[in-house]
Amino acid sequence: MTILPLMLDEAVVSAGAHRLLGPLTLSLDAGPRTVILGPNGAGKSLLLRLCHGLIPPSAGRVRWHGADAFRRQAMVFQQPVMLRRSVRANVAYGLGLRAVARAEREPRIAAALAAAGLAPLADRPAPVLSAGEQQRLALARVWALAPEVLFLDEPTANLDPGATGAVERIVDALHAGGCKIIMTTHDMNQARRLADEVIFLHGGVVVERGEAARFFDRPQTETATAFLEGRLLW
Amino acid sequence: MSELGTASILALRLIATLDAELVEIVARSLAVSLSAVVLAAAVGLPLGAAVAVYRFPGRRALVVLLNALMGLPPVFVGLMLYVLLSRAGPLGFLGLLFTPTAMVIAQAVLITPIIAALSHRVLRDLYEGYREQLCSLGARPWDAVGTLLWDARVSLVTVVMAGFGRASAEVGAVLIVGGNIAHLTRVMTTTIALETSKGNLALALALGLILLLVAVGVNAAAAVIPGFAPGTGVRFGPAAQRLDRPSVGRSRLSDGEGRLSDGEGRLSDGEGR
Repeated sequence: MTILPLMLDEAVVSAGAHRLLGPLTLSLDAGPRTVILGPNGAGKSLLLRLCHGLIPPSAGRVRWHGADAFRRQAMVFQQPVMLRRSVRANVAYGLGLRAVARAEREPRIAAALAAAGLAPLADRPAPVLSAGEQQRLALARVWALAPEVLFLDEPTANLDPGATGAVERIVDALHAGGCKIIMTTHDMNQARRLADEVIFLHGGVVVERGEAARFFDRPQTETATAFLEGRLLW
Repeated sequence: MSELGTASILALRLIATLDAELVEIVARSLAVSLSAVVLAAAVGLPLGAAVAVYRFPGRRALVVLLNALMGLPPVFVGLMLYVLLSRAGPLGFLGLLFTPTAMVIAQAVLITPIIAALSHRVLRDLYEGYREQLCSLGARPWDAVGTLLWDARVSLVTVVMAGFGRASAEVGAVLIVGGNIAHLTRVMTTTIALETSKGNLALALALGLILLLVAVGVNAAAAVIPGFAPGTGVRFGPAAQRLDRPSVGRSRLSDGEGRLSDGEGRLSDGEGR
């Protein structure tokens, strides 16, 4: 029993008179890693936040399959918030909020720290970690929650290639474990590496959606072609 | 030698010999002000955090009120409590007037708004950065209150010390509700006022010196506490990832499931970079 597919039904986000996103009608299914592409201001982050429930739709609906969907998803932000406590306590925090039994917490924390390569730093205060370590901690924090769906909002925008690679490996491992990945990025190489399918947003609406290889080789729309060639203004 | 000089020497002697009356007064002062600060922190810190987290009608008005109450005149608080606690007053049956308990209440009333307003300022800023992350992890508002209080603990110590400074230096309210009764409700500030008017400068000066030392000590402690040391202050500024936009309306989640949500619908836009 999964919380997917996620259905957006004529969903709109607006601020005052400005429509920022939508109307969007789309379905996100279990399985493929979905990468959302688009120029700045296309509404990528907004779409993730809408799906994740951080902002409400101004009109339309966001529907998950089944009850209790929120507790079975997680999100990694571009700039993760590091709680002012140890690395281990940061991972434990999310488990505490979701009322995971105490006996179950320790093994999950240990597994998450190991998966993110943070076990040696477990007792370090989280705010002093480097940007790459912080993002890995953000991933360890969601790893421990074992989400069915993970949203990532430009998770490597501030990271060097080495740290980016580390983040991608963790995301891959999560996906291999059955977690649905929905992410945004501005890094086209990363998109080519990670994407199974691409949703191309422009001006708040889906311009094109399709299998990743096809999207990058033969985009179907002039806008997407222009975007991939780096000549899309806005 | 001037009168001041003589008095100063006497004052130092009182301190050096741990004069019984002096010690008693200092101890009572600290007991009263510490009790008041504990009470005020127990109310003010959660209040400040709750006002930073919860969205409810009248929140802004409450913030304005708390800020205004920071400047509450001590004599006014003393007067109101006097009226309430006096034998004919509504709380007269408690028999608290002219007791240390009344003084604790007076100081707590004075500094609770200070602690609440200052902690609200600290925590509101912190919460701006935390809100989406905590919400995403599944925190309810009450969880967020606890998290903010813990994560801002260093700043909040400074806030509580500001409250203690104000409580221990205050004279008007404790004079009115305490009555400055020897061996019962006489504290440093009221003694200084009394002894000065009697011309007994030595005891007044000795107490003044100690009061000054307490104030300096409190502020030094606040300065020494590493508010911006590694491990507490290194964080990406929330201002860098936020773009204020007009309202998008109330969150369905805040209504339905009691999850965290900013009723003001502030959108964080990650697209900007």
